[in-house]
Amino acid sequence: MMRLGPFEVERRADPPVAWVLAVSVLAILVAMLLAGIIFWSRGISPLRAYAVILSGTLLNRHALPEILRNAIPLLLAGVGLVLAFRAQFWNIGAEGQILLGAVAGTWVALFSPVPPALKLVVMFLLGFAAGALWGFIPALLKLRFAVNEVISTLMLNYVALYLVSWLVHGPWKGPEMRGFAFTDTFPAAAQIPLLAGTRVHWPTLALGVLLAAAFALLLARTRLGFAIRVQGHSPDAARYAGINPIRTILIVMVLAGGAAGLAGVGEVGGIHHRLLDPNQISLGFGYAAIIVAWLARGSPAASILTAVFLGLIFASGDVMRVSLQMPARVTDVFNGLILFCLIGSERLLYVRLRWAPVLARGPLPAVETDPGAPGATGGDG
Amino acid sequence: MSEIWQTLLVALPLSTLLLWAALGEIYAERSGVVNLGVEGMMILGALFAFAVAQETERPGLGLLAGMGAGALAASLHALVVVTLRANQYVSGLALTMFGLGLSAMLGRRWEGLPLLNTLPETSPVSYGVFLLALVLWFVLYQTRWGIAIRSAGEAPAAADALGVNVYLVRYLCVVFGGALAGVAGAYLSLAYRPSWTEGMTVGLGWIAVAIAIFAAWDPLKGVGGALLFGVLFHLAFRLQERIAPEALQMMPFISAILVLALTSPRRGRVQAAPEALGLPYVRGEK
Repeated sequence: MMRLGPFEVERRADPPVAWVLAVSVLAILVAMLLAGIIFWSRGISPLRAYAVILSGTLLNRHALPEILRNAIPLLLAGVGLVLAFRAQFWNIGAEGQILLGAVAGTWVALFSPVPPALKLVVMFLLGFAAGALWGFIPALLKLRFAVNEVISTLMLNYVALYLVSWLVHGPWKGPEMRGFAFTDTFPAAAQIPLLAGTRVHWPTLALGVLLAAAFALLLARTRLGFAIRVQGHSPDAARYAGINPIRTILIVMVLAGGAAGLAGVGEVGGIHHRLLDPNQISLGFGYAAIIVAWLARGSPAASILTAVFLGLIFASGDVMRVSLQMPARVTDVFNGLILFCLIGSERLLYVRLRWAPVLARGPLPAVETDPGAPGATGGDG
Repeated sequence: MSEIWQTLLVALPLSTLLLWAALGEIYAERSGVVNLGVEGMMILGALFAFAVAQETERPGLGLLAGMGAGALAASLHALVVVTLRANQYVSGLALTMFGLGLSAMLGRRWEGLPLLNTLPETSPVSYGVFLLALVLWFVLYQTRWGIAIRSAGEAPAAADALGVNVYLVRYLCVVFGGALAGVAGAYLSLAYRPSWTEGMTVGLGWIAVAIAIFAAWDPLKGVGGALLFGVLFHLAFRLQERIAPEALQMMPFISAILVLALTSPRRGRVQAAPEALGLPYVRGEK
């Protein structure tokens, strides 16, 4: 038992939502402070940097839709990761799953004989399928051959990256686009409609919100959801309860990969209207989606909020790139620091300060056992 | 046959680079800590090595700077996962994101500059790593330190009871691993491709993590893994005119998955991971 002045530091198993929120905000503020120090060391006043960012994002009515535009892929990929992480499957492959979705969407848009009226629907369907396939492979490799999923999903990201790169430099390079490594522009029927005057492709956004709701329902109300929760809590308990871990994880990864695939369709169909350099299709959305899922702390519904927050980070990255002449990668500095601070502060969640001046001290309450941080047991496959 | 030797020989610089990083990861994981930040530590090592070598015109100092940068980055990971007991996977990923971002931000000034004094491709830094693998193998299996490291990764509570300072061992191994990843980065930007470009590690750090697993956390087997992937990457880097370069660039990553699948523990050919790998150690408080 530790003391902090007149307070006693107690453990608790189930932190209230307000406390979770407070700790998360604190972690983000610390990350901002650290990023500010890095700016300052580069001769950029952190105050000025944050002022520029604020005036270019939250305080600018025209820039607000950009936050939402960035939140769309983050939500779709992130909500899938929530599901995967709940089942203790370390899917780091959302980036590749997004790219595969983009490839499938492009194929439908440019090379398939699908009638124009059905193009968008088929793009989303096949995009989901392609992302799902890219999620299914590491799940199968883990279950069948015990290949560590962190490694396999990461390797598949690189495979997807070079696949897209090959397509746009080689077989799919558009004849209209001489000199550029792009495919041709999508026909109008394959372009996802935007909210007027913005880059918010609302059908994809709607899909993201729908999926978040569906996944929340799935986790809370279905047999599969129960299986996922038990599996995530204790694989042994799941086995005793007669839950088939193979089936659970395969389904989870199909859903998670598919959701990320939809994000890829959204990016090529709603924003770029062509397949292009993989680093321009996904600006690291798949990796940032890990933060979306982590911040949401296992709740698909909460990932709507956290995706918007990460969308803000990406929009800020754009502002920094244009106004402060920073490389696009600067968002990674923020993402890395936020993630560090988030997980570093996790232990704070499970403590509570209790007013207990030394003189008025009664018998000590029984010490609860350490509940451990959620997901702290990332054992190796 | 001689052609195979030829390829092996020219791919050697890449193999040494991978081996530096893989040996570091093997030690970190043996002590019970997964560090997925190798890519990030490597690229920070590459940048700081290049910057210092460029400013001082002394590649030796650059090498030290790269080593220091890697060690410093790794100590961040150690702080978060050993002391704060956070999730090791997520922390390592954060380190990779942070390293890639920070190096891109700081490295602009050096982008595309030529390096006058490079580190020779064959030097103690290159062939020395094979000697290091032997030493690290000896330390791991034949000395008290090795027992301390392995027990911290296999059964930390028991190790602690026997007087091993598990936290200290884990800190040292993670920081040591970071220093080696930094050397790998320095070798990349000072010798193998004497230059600095944003994102120049192109996934080599992840391959090093895969080698650590493939080698069953054994430094000597790591040599074999590094040679294999060195050849694969070499083909990707240097034979780009013949086959679509992207197909070749994909190859090391596809092979990594295949190799891991074929040598999986379920087939009974490779020993399992350290028992407590990935688990934070909480000293009994009762």
